[in-house]
Amino acid sequence: MSVMKYAIRLGDDAVVLGHRLSEWCSFGPFLEEDLALTNVALDFIGRARMFYSYAAELAGDGSTEDTYAYTRDNREFTNLLIHELKNGDFAFTMVRQYFVDVYTLAYMQQLQKSSDQTLAAIADKVVKESRYHLRRSYDWMLRLGDGTEESNRRMQEAVENLWGYVPEMFEMDDLERELAEAGIGVDAAALENDWYATVRATLAQANLKEPVGDWSIRGGREGTHTEALGHILSDMQFVQRAYPGLQW
Amino acid sequence: MSEHMKLYEVFIRSRRGLDHKHVGSLHAEDPKQALEYARDIYTRRSEGVSIWVINSSDITASQEGDCDSFYDPHDDKPYRHATHYQLPKAVNNM
Repeated sequence: MSVMKYAIRLGDDAVVLGHRLSEWCSFGPFLEEDLALTNVALDFIGRARMFYSYAAELAGDGSTEDTYAYTRDNREFTNLLIHELKNGDFAFTMVRQYFVDVYTLAYMQQLQKSSDQTLAAIADKVVKESRYHLRRSYDWMLRLGDGTEESNRRMQEAVENLWGYVPEMFEMDDLERELAEAGIGVDAAALENDWYATVRATLAQANLKEPVGDWSIRGGREGTHTEALGHILSDMQFVQRAYPGLQW
Repeated sequence: MSEHMKLYEVFIRSRRGLDHKHVGSLHAEDPKQALEYARDIYTRRSEGVSIWVINSSDITASQEGDCDSFYDPHDDKPYRHATHYQLPKAVNNM
């Protein structure tokens, strides 16, 4: 039961960010980046499918991956808040991506060691994708942070606006502690120091300042979301809500 | 944005191929980025195992208008083509 919930959490993280990134499709700053960004979006959707399918298998109640993506309401989604935030400008999207990529790569590298074979196998695949995502987002951090006056200003703004969503990534509840102790889940708290060290180094390199960090927000894992999630779901779930069970 | 970016030509060597083949072009800020984009645009269905990108402006190309002087003279020299030579009967099919 707890592994199922855990798989749903990781699926939620992936589907929500995947959907967000897909919103860039045909709106990318230029064709090449549009294609690349959509590729990344697809990776996240694929990741969500793997976690959801595993959850459905564990649930054994006839649920499928679609059940989780399309028929649950706002409060039932358990993604970390950073994934659901609106895309904002390209700078915001890329800073968010960089923060998530640094986190996800470290997280999935730990999940590769899970005693749960399926989770470990999914993590194997995710790590390869994440390395590539991180190479891209890191590259954009440097390009835009250390670019023009305007790109630097936009990146700095994005960093400030995202900084308070970071602490939540390293907070664990009973479920995650239990699974980490059992060698199934990841000890996210243990990743915190490395994350800050890596990101600080990149900020310095990209000519960006570390924010003071006097606010933080949390609640995603308990189903308390920002208003942004409802907007994603209304878009993503519309067809299944209007025509329940529709297939094509 | 793309009007400020450089044009790159992309060459890919396929899994079984021996040489890199021209597959198209793309815009990027620098060669490193061009390589990343080439991966996204041209190798999504595992088309290749090796990618080259080269600044389009570094290619010196023959001009269509030069066709006369470039290629036509070859047509006057049929002996450069294998078909010019009659095979001895004994060879039969070659």
